[in-house]
Amino acid sequence: MSDRISAAVVAKVARLARLDVTADEIERMTVQLDGMLEHFADIDALDLSAVVPMTQPYPLVNVLRPDVVEPCLDRDEVLAAAPAAEDGRFRVPPIVGMDL
Amino acid sequence: MTTAFDIAAAVRAGTTTATELLAQHLATIAERDPDIHAFNHVMVEQAQAQAAAVDATAALGDDPGPLAGVTVALKDNMCTRGVPTTCSSKILEGWRPPYDATVVDKLRAAGAVAIGKTNLDEFAMGSSTENSAFGPTRNPHDLSRVPGGSSGGSAAAVAAGFSHVSLGSDTGGSIRQPAALCGVVGVKPTYGYVSRYGLVAFASSLDQIGPFTSNVADAALVLDVIGGHDPHDSTSIPQQHPSLVDVLGQGVEGLRVGRITDLPPGADPDVEERLEAAFEALAAAGATIVPVQVPAFTFGLSAYYLIAPAEASSNLARYDGVRYGLRVEAADTNAMYGVTRAAGFGDEVKRRIMLGTYALSAGYYDAYYGKALKVRRLIHDDFERAYHQADVLLTPTSPSVAFPFGAKGDNPFAMYLCDTYTIPTNLAGHPGMSVPYGTGAHGLPVGVQVLAGTLQEPTMFRVAAALERSLA
Repeated sequence: MSDRISAAVVAKVARLARLDVTADEIERMTVQLDGMLEHFADIDALDLSAVVPMTQPYPLVNVLRPDVVEPCLDRDEVLAAAPAAEDGRFRVPPIVGMDL
Repeated sequence: MTTAFDIAAAVRAGTTTATELLAQHLATIAERDPDIHAFNHVMVEQAQAQAAAVDATAALGDDPGPLAGVTVALKDNMCTRGVPTTCSSKILEGWRPPYDATVVDKLRAAGAVAIGKTNLDEFAMGSSTENSAFGPTRNPHDLSRVPGGSSGGSAAAVAAGFSHVSLGSDTGGSIRQPAALCGVVGVKPTYGYVSRYGLVAFASSLDQIGPFTSNVADAALVLDVIGGHDPHDSTSIPQQHPSLVDVLGQGVEGLRVGRITDLPPGADPDVEERLEAAFEALAAAGATIVPVQVPAFTFGLSAYYLIAPAEASSNLARYDGVRYGLRVEAADTNAMYGVTRAAGFGDEVKRRIMLGTYALSAGYYDAYYGKALKVRRLIHDDFERAYHQADVLLTPTSPSVAFPFGAKGDNPFAMYLCDTYTIPTNLAGHPGMSVPYGTGAHGLPVGVQVLAGTLQEPTMFRVAAALERSLA
């Protein structure tokens, strides 16, 4: 272990990712993520102060199209694939009033 | 060897039918796929209907298209309307998309017959197809070994003769590496060459669709059909691509083939030997071999495994139990997200979501994700400089031939090293392809990787075709 990442941070990251993890998983992931970050530390030696970040490979610009209605997915067909639907909408468990 | 050209010509001429060709492939699948498991789902009825439509068109004297009767297997992360699309994940098990991917539309319009959905590492994360939630695919050349990944099912389908051609997706080598391990041609085109509409997103700035074929000409033919701008994919390049089929015979006289002198070590001697043979063959065919340097190549793995998981953690946020796929019920929505995702995702996907979320989180963004984006620029710029000195670069595709199941053990990083030679190309956005070039250890296939600059597919294909000819 190089202590690049702690179990407490792993638990916090799992909450951010909306991913329930067991105590065993936290322990295992902490070791694995720590090992990976150790490998990826080779880039720490590079001088990147003057380098512009590259987010995507092709020099794309934003594309706009005329504001005209075009065919889109059929609502009933889309809702048919949902775990739960009601009155033409996706149905989910309570959101408001719960301790989030 | 029967090529897709020959097949389409025969179907168009009426000397064979798409229905007959399909029946042969379905019989081969029934016989051998229980051992290989290339497919998650064989589209028997849809394929028969499609084949009948192609035959009906031909019978009327009309042209069913350049891929008439050619069977194509689709990686199971490409949407097919009404047909299960799982990404080999439990979280999408049973989902039937309400639309077809653009590549599927284009293939059908060209007369191809979609025959089934192929197995992959869950959400295309892996290099062996061992991460599939539905069990691994086996290498048709040796059933005790992996086919590579993540598009292992698509590579195996062509190698086993289950379909004439197939499609895969390549985020860090997921077409080229399995192509090498299964002894077929696999192409990762320039980022934006092929529409990604309907491809389930893994890492959006890296993903690209491409073909697996048994020969170089078929790969050119498939790319000529599926390439080009799509209004549904704003990252598809807004221009027409020149035909790749047209350049295949042009030879390599006068082309400069680069040897990367500072390539990261790690390729096995049998792989190195085949690479040397490829250099010699191209030199004999009139190309000049030139030494080039790509110093940042070696940092590709680190940059990729910060950038790709970061993008994946964002893309995979959509699997929340609300709109499609698995839902595990819970008292409130937030709890439902957590238990649904815990139940639906496999270990490797969870690992990458965690790594990506961490690399993007407050306090760590600059140290990891931000830094990786700068390294990505270095890699891109180093390649661009190399392409001033050389028209293409030649490297191994995979450091080794196909390895046995379980060979990488529990160490995720050991598996990541399989993509050492393929990953930098995705970061740069450039095209690359693997061409089968003889055999190595245990008589297993070895692939040689041809790399080229942005939209330099024509040159890349000239070199690939020359390599193929040198083996004939």
